[in-house]
Amino acid sequence: MNSNDRGVKKLLLGILPSLAAIAIGLIFGFIVMLAAAPANALSGFGTVLTRGFTRMADVLFYATPIIMTGLSVGFAYRMGLFNIGASGQYTMGMFCAMYAAFMLPMPRPINWIVCCLAAIAGGALWGAIPGIFKALLNINEVITSIMFNYIGMYIVDELVRNNAVMYVAVKARTNYIPENVQLPSIGGGGSSLNIGTIIAIVLAVLLFIVLFKTTFGYELRATGFNKFAAKYAGMNSRRNIILTMIIAGALAGLGGALYILSPSSIQGASMTYEPINVIAEEGFNGIAVALLGCSHPIGIVFSAIFVSFIQRGGTAAVAYKPEIIDVMIAFIIYFSAFAMFVRELVLGKRRRKRAGNAKPEGNITADEIDAPMIELDIDKEE
Amino acid sequence: MPGTLNCPLIDRHIGRKERCGLENNIIEMLHITKEFPGIVANDDITLTIRKGEIHALLGENGAGKSTLMSVLFGLYNPEQGEIRMNGQAVNISNPNDATALGIGMVHQHFKLVECFTVLENIILGVEPAKAGFLRIEEARAKVMSLSEKYGLQIDPDARIEDISVGMQQRTEILKMLYRDNDVLIFDEPTAVLTPQEITELMEIIRSFAAEGKSILFISHKLNEIMAVADRCTVLRKGKCVGTVDVKAVTPEELSRMMVGRDVQLKVEKSKAHPGGVILDVQKLSVPSKTHKGKRSVKDVSFKVHSGEIVCIAGIDGNGQTELISALTGLERASAGSIGLCGNDITRASIRRRSKLGMSHIPEDRHKHGLVLDFSLADNMVLQRYWQPEFERGGFIRRAKIREYSDELIKKYDVRSGEGSDSIVRSMSGGNQQKAIVAREMDREHSLLVAVQPTRGLDVGAIEYIHNCIVRERDGGAAVLLISFELDEVMNLADRILVMHGGEIVGELDPERTNVREVGLYMAGSKRDDSAETEAMA
Repeated sequence: MNSNDRGVKKLLLGILPSLAAIAIGLIFGFIVMLAAAPANALSGFGTVLTRGFTRMADVLFYATPIIMTGLSVGFAYRMGLFNIGASGQYTMGMFCAMYAAFMLPMPRPINWIVCCLAAIAGGALWGAIPGIFKALLNINEVITSIMFNYIGMYIVDELVRNNAVMYVAVKARTNYIPENVQLPSIGGGGSSLNIGTIIAIVLAVLLFIVLFKTTFGYELRATGFNKFAAKYAGMNSRRNIILTMIIAGALAGLGGALYILSPSSIQGASMTYEPINVIAEEGFNGIAVALLGCSHPIGIVFSAIFVSFIQRGGTAAVAYKPEIIDVMIAFIIYFSAFAMFVRELVLGKRRRKRAGNAKPEGNITADEIDAPMIELDIDKEE
Repeated sequence: MPGTLNCPLIDRHIGRKERCGLENNIIEMLHITKEFPGIVANDDITLTIRKGEIHALLGENGAGKSTLMSVLFGLYNPEQGEIRMNGQAVNISNPNDATALGIGMVHQHFKLVECFTVLENIILGVEPAKAGFLRIEEARAKVMSLSEKYGLQIDPDARIEDISVGMQQRTEILKMLYRDNDVLIFDEPTAVLTPQEITELMEIIRSFAAEGKSILFISHKLNEIMAVADRCTVLRKGKCVGTVDVKAVTPEELSRMMVGRDVQLKVEKSKAHPGGVILDVQKLSVPSKTHKGKRSVKDVSFKVHSGEIVCIAGIDGNGQTELISALTGLERASAGSIGLCGNDITRASIRRRSKLGMSHIPEDRHKHGLVLDFSLADNMVLQRYWQPEFERGGFIRRAKIREYSDELIKKYDVRSGEGSDSIVRSMSGGNQQKAIVAREMDREHSLLVAVQPTRGLDVGAIEYIHNCIVRERDGGAAVLLISFELDEVMNLADRILVMHGGEIVGELDPERTNVREVGLYMAGSKRDDSAETEAMA
């Protein structure tokens, strides 16, 4: 078998569970639509599946921030860290971008680039803190980053409300981002398509290179697969944990900037922020996107576009609330976790079979058999 | 089957056992066979326990003791064989069944709720209650009367996390008594106790037996078995070697039954020519992970020279793992110093130790030795990916890694489905180990630390790895080998250090000692008080 065939096979094996999950998830979504409003189910389902095609610019517009949060979650997950704090990092980044946009007048195009850099710094800071806690004090990053979602959101809302330049009290939202700070539009004529999507895709490719072609990526993946072996090999896990969380935070933070700075003609979307004490949903959508994309940077781009695609369709489906799409996505995520589990089962069986054939070689001693008990003890230690 | 003993004494005693009346046997485990994929953990084992006796179960690590006890306690269901209680066949499919039959077990690692009190732990699962309300005073009265009756001193209101290991064990024992168990299983009960506590425990066990309870006592310490047990069943490699009357045998005979002496894998090697000191360990102590305030390694000092193989023998759990963790940097030592080629590495990072020339074949190849989801090529450079040979400007040089990996695969005959591209998880255990051996031997080093390098391998692979280790030595490297297999120790070592209870209790010359003597040191029934000073010389 040549290496090309192997590559194709590997790719198929990688994306099949996700595709299967999508198919099953859509079917279940359709069943829910049938139950909710039988008469409109077929046409509504059709809208969900096709409407996105007529609004590709909007699809990409909404996909951009969740590509970024998806990359944030997926990248950290490769290291074995669960960055549930992408929302906080996203909000922090968005605020920093807004602040720079309103408060630091600069000529174009330096201004929007500075806004993006400010967002990267804000997000990185919000990622770094849980990372430092994890690396130095072994405090679970899930807990700290959840708390930092709230801390970040309340701080941002407070700062926004107290800033007379940014905040319009009667409308309970900020002013629109000044036009000359907005991201360069591509396509022109009020199209929602802008350079943000391109930046996100370029970053995904860059992350792919970091993960699979650099020594840092090698260390990161080794640690994610087996942190004990990484320690044994002399890798500096503390530095890597902090660095990974900084990068994850920066990605989510930039996502915030790419959203708030994007020009669009969509009603009620973008260029303004409402400080209403709600955690940004883009962070959680990022988790879903990363899961569906198998934490692979390129997979994440596609899964984010897909999620955005059916969300657009959902908002257009007659007789249904847009939340129907959240139900579908929930089904898809559920089944993608399930599909991975099934894939593990199949692979595991094949592996065991192979191990069984190689019996004369794999003469295990009886004390290896007590593995379940030993594992229990390890659990206790941690 | 290699390892069968021509010991007349065993036949004699088995004969006697069979003449014994059935009514005396409280537990009969008949022809128990328990298989796991690739291994028969218990192979047709028959074990009978009489009412009121203390029955010891002796065997090396991996001999199948724990599996057999797990079968009796309902944790595993055997493929073949039956268990009878008082002559009636019983079905024990889970621990609740065992408890209902009056079988209780004190596990080696206690099963206590740390933040509960002693009393709460004892009644856990069988709480006396009325209308949903706990009747704690009723329980307290019963526990305290049991405690007084057997001299098991406890503080019922102390939390488990605050009390000594000895009291934790007494809590476990009271748990069994509270449930009115008649068959008491003790899994290596003395492993965690001080000498005084051991003496007390022996007294308590004897008083249980005097009262008609039956005791099953699992141990690999010969002197304890000699002191307390009536009969002893010896297991080796999943098979029952025999059951003997303890009064009729000597510790040497038991040791021989336990270890078995027929497979002789002789390694061809010439006399060692030790050179300068490579590894210099002085007064090293390592704290215990499981028992706070205790030390797993106590003031250990020794040296390893270039061109010699020093072997640390001992039964698993006597501090070897902790000693190696401290030497290789996986854990921190609490006192003492480690020198490598004249550099103090006591607090050095793992990367620095590796740079200074330490190679390490780890004890647990799946936990430490390999990233199972990486390709074989990526695993071959696990410590070296950052070296200029394999890295340029932060980027990994895949082609170079592949080239190097292909070379190692050829040189060390590592077999796998797809060569360098194979995912290591899909490879057989023997070839996984060979990959580690290849990696550790091939990188530049002056010291090779090999922990159980042949564990779980077939004869051919063992021979191959043994030859590699001897070649290492002849090439001028210092080799520190840790093994629980006496065969391996006797075959490879130029010097043997025996570890027991976290200390080096003897230094032996393999030319002038025999397995039996090493076994006695390992079991702790013999020790050289001058060993420390000799080892330092």
